[in-house]
Amino acid sequence: MHRTGELYGQFKTLEQQKESASLGMWIFLITEVMFFGGIMLAYALNRHVYFPAFAAGSNTLSLKLGAFNTVVLLASSFTMAMAVWSSQVGKKNLIPIFLLLTITLGFVFFGVKYVEYSQKFEHHLVPGKKFDIFFCVNNPSSCPDVAPDELQEESKLLDEAKAADPDLNSHAQLYYSAYFGMTGLHALHMVIGVGLLLWLLKNSLAGKFTPQWNTPVDIVGLYWHFVDIVWIYLFPLLYLIDRHK
Amino acid sequence: MSNIAATPAKTLPEHHYLNATYGIRSWLLTVDHKRIALLYLASVTLFFFIGGFFAMMIRLHLLTPSGYLLSADTYNRMFTMHGVAMIFFFLIPSIPAVLGNFFIPLMIGAKDLAFPRINLLSWYVYVVGALFTLYSMISGGLDTGWTFYTPLSTVYSNSAVAPAVIGVFITGFSSILTGLNFLVTIHTMRAPGMTWFRLPLFVWAHYATSIVMILGTPVVAITLALAGMERLFGLGFFNPAMGGDPILFQHLFWFYSHPAVYIMILPAMGVISELIATFARKQLFGYHFVAAASLAIAVIGFLVWAHHMFVTGQSTYAALAFSFLTFLVAIPSAVKVFNWAATLYGGSISFDTPMLYAFGFLGLFLIGGLTGLFLGCLGTDIHIHDTYFVVAHFHYIMVGGAIMGYLGGLHFWWPKMTGRMYPEWLARIAALILFVGFNLTFFPQFLLGYLGMPRRYHVYPPEFQVYNVMSTAGASILAIGYLLPMIYLTWAAFYGKVAGENPWPATGLEWKTPSPPPTENFPVTPVVTWEPYDFHHRPDLGLDPVSTHEIMPAHGDD
Repeated sequence: MHRTGELYGQFKTLEQQKESASLGMWIFLITEVMFFGGIMLAYALNRHVYFPAFAAGSNTLSLKLGAFNTVVLLASSFTMAMAVWSSQVGKKNLIPIFLLLTITLGFVFFGVKYVEYSQKFEHHLVPGKKFDIFFCVNNPSSCPDVAPDELQEESKLLDEAKAADPDLNSHAQLYYSAYFGMTGLHALHMVIGVGLLLWLLKNSLAGKFTPQWNTPVDIVGLYWHFVDIVWIYLFPLLYLIDRHK
Repeated sequence: MSNIAATPAKTLPEHHYLNATYGIRSWLLTVDHKRIALLYLASVTLFFFIGGFFAMMIRLHLLTPSGYLLSADTYNRMFTMHGVAMIFFFLIPSIPAVLGNFFIPLMIGAKDLAFPRINLLSWYVYVVGALFTLYSMISGGLDTGWTFYTPLSTVYSNSAVAPAVIGVFITGFSSILTGLNFLVTIHTMRAPGMTWFRLPLFVWAHYATSIVMILGTPVVAITLALAGMERLFGLGFFNPAMGGDPILFQHLFWFYSHPAVYIMILPAMGVISELIATFARKQLFGYHFVAAASLAIAVIGFLVWAHHMFVTGQSTYAALAFSFLTFLVAIPSAVKVFNWAATLYGGSISFDTPMLYAFGFLGLFLIGGLTGLFLGCLGTDIHIHDTYFVVAHFHYIMVGGAIMGYLGGLHFWWPKMTGRMYPEWLARIAALILFVGFNLTFFPQFLLGYLGMPRRYHVYPPEFQVYNVMSTAGASILAIGYLLPMIYLTWAAFYGKVAGENPWPATGLEWKTPSPPPTENFPVTPVVTWEPYDFHHRPDLGLDPVSTHEIMPAHGDD
């Protein structure tokens, strides 16, 4: 088996190896763009067709938590870039620190996502038999985390939406299918990213990355930035469009 | 009779990639692209048999108009699984994963692909996907058609849809990884002097194919993921009862599945370029145009998907646009056919088995391609959509085209892969049997379709029986045409006449290695100073104006 840091047999120079790895990662990211693009297309089309239902859906998402998560991910991209920089200038001690910061921020993101997802479960907003967009409005005692004035606004919004679209619940379920589909896929990619970061952490602690050879840090960095960019798309698409506040 | 200086009796090299290491672990954990190619060869051949079995069930059932053999439901499962097995598990991997994997590094002068371990991973991913699909087949199969249209597939079907969807989803990643590997390899690992326009057209074809794999396959992945989630968890994107849209599924599905047919044909076209140049002993006419045409097919191929959806109620203007683009995509294919024909003109043609397959390709691809135009034309498509005309059209391209290319390539490169020649006369007879069987199977289907026999129906009006019987008879002959090469190629791998380095001779870099090649392909990195398909200025191959007074046709060893 080959060890990290060596010139692999099929390549002639480290330069060629690095170029190949980089090109490979970029091509892989292009496939990811096509992959996420498909579900974003489905979302965009449905948003256009079921405007009121999707607006209602967006309003049940917490702007605070979403914005916080956005800042968390942007910060993690910064710490990741710092890790890459550290490996490029040979500051070997800094690499594991920045990697650890990135991982921590990743876990913070997961934590917030967990809070959001469990909220959705409690509020009967998970697609399935029990899905009910009106649940919190009709059962305020079961949704203690929503303030009464918010509930009132939501009730008004939902009544307007229901007037525009009698099948509101069914179409709102489509919104939530997209929500869980897109954020779930994104979270899965982040989990893989954190796994890669942990692998990088292990190798950086062993001092493997030098200015002459830091390819894994480089290409995992590319992947992490891509995962971040996907969230930058998801946040406005899911949270920000059609908010009536 | 030979046009190369007499050489002593040929022997196999002492050390080569097949005997470098022994034991099942050395094969299952190999990172040698040549061994991985053989692993793929075994897997795709297995699925060819499986798909072929379902084909036989279809044809046997259709011997009689009222369908005595299978129930309607079972018949649906037969044609569905025939399509799934053949398309996803045979045709799409076949040439890239077997011949591409084996020969791209050799053709560009590299020791291996850029990512050998990802290459092995791609095979394992294929196997895992295949296992899911096999599980679906064994637990009753699925009856939705290989196109998985919703809401039948996601809501109403009582068949094993979920495992099949998961299986095809997973196998898609095998395709993506292969394409990624090829793209990076062709960019970064060419030997010194191997410039872009010295690359064999086989490599250009695979470059174009890889672009399609990279851009298209992820879309079918997300489509199948959404469909699978709808089936398993009740999501509603494609279900009208929940406000979803089945046409959305069709758009997303065909956005990949049309380019997928170019994944199937482009590599075969690459093989044909190699075969025609070699067996006409002539530089390929219009090399640059053929290379550019490969890329054009790949690009334009992404713009025509809704020609599969002309009867879905799409806007006339959209249909017009897609119809126009469909006609456009035929042009680069035609450019290639004209260039191949021009290569033949004035060439020194020999009728070795690979060339017979190339000729078969030329004729059958021509028919398949031209009939595609009738389908792409809005007015005529209304009448022939979803009839046997479509079935005949795509079988002419996929079987008459892609599989002929695959078999031609297998025969052409078999001596390099195994070190031994196949039996030439038996191979020629098999090619002929295949050609006859193929035409007898599928030409009547054009007539059936034109006369109105719908596809995917388990019964048909009695007046169509004659053509159906002809088609089934042809299928039996076709089966023999396929079985023969499987038998004699396997035999030849062990007992065939030792072939030597370059039995044809051909001009590619892969022919400058021993047969079979050593694991590292080239002990010393070659430096390329020649143009491709130059049969007049290659003294290193015994092909130059001085040593040969008259260009003799190419042939295998007599």
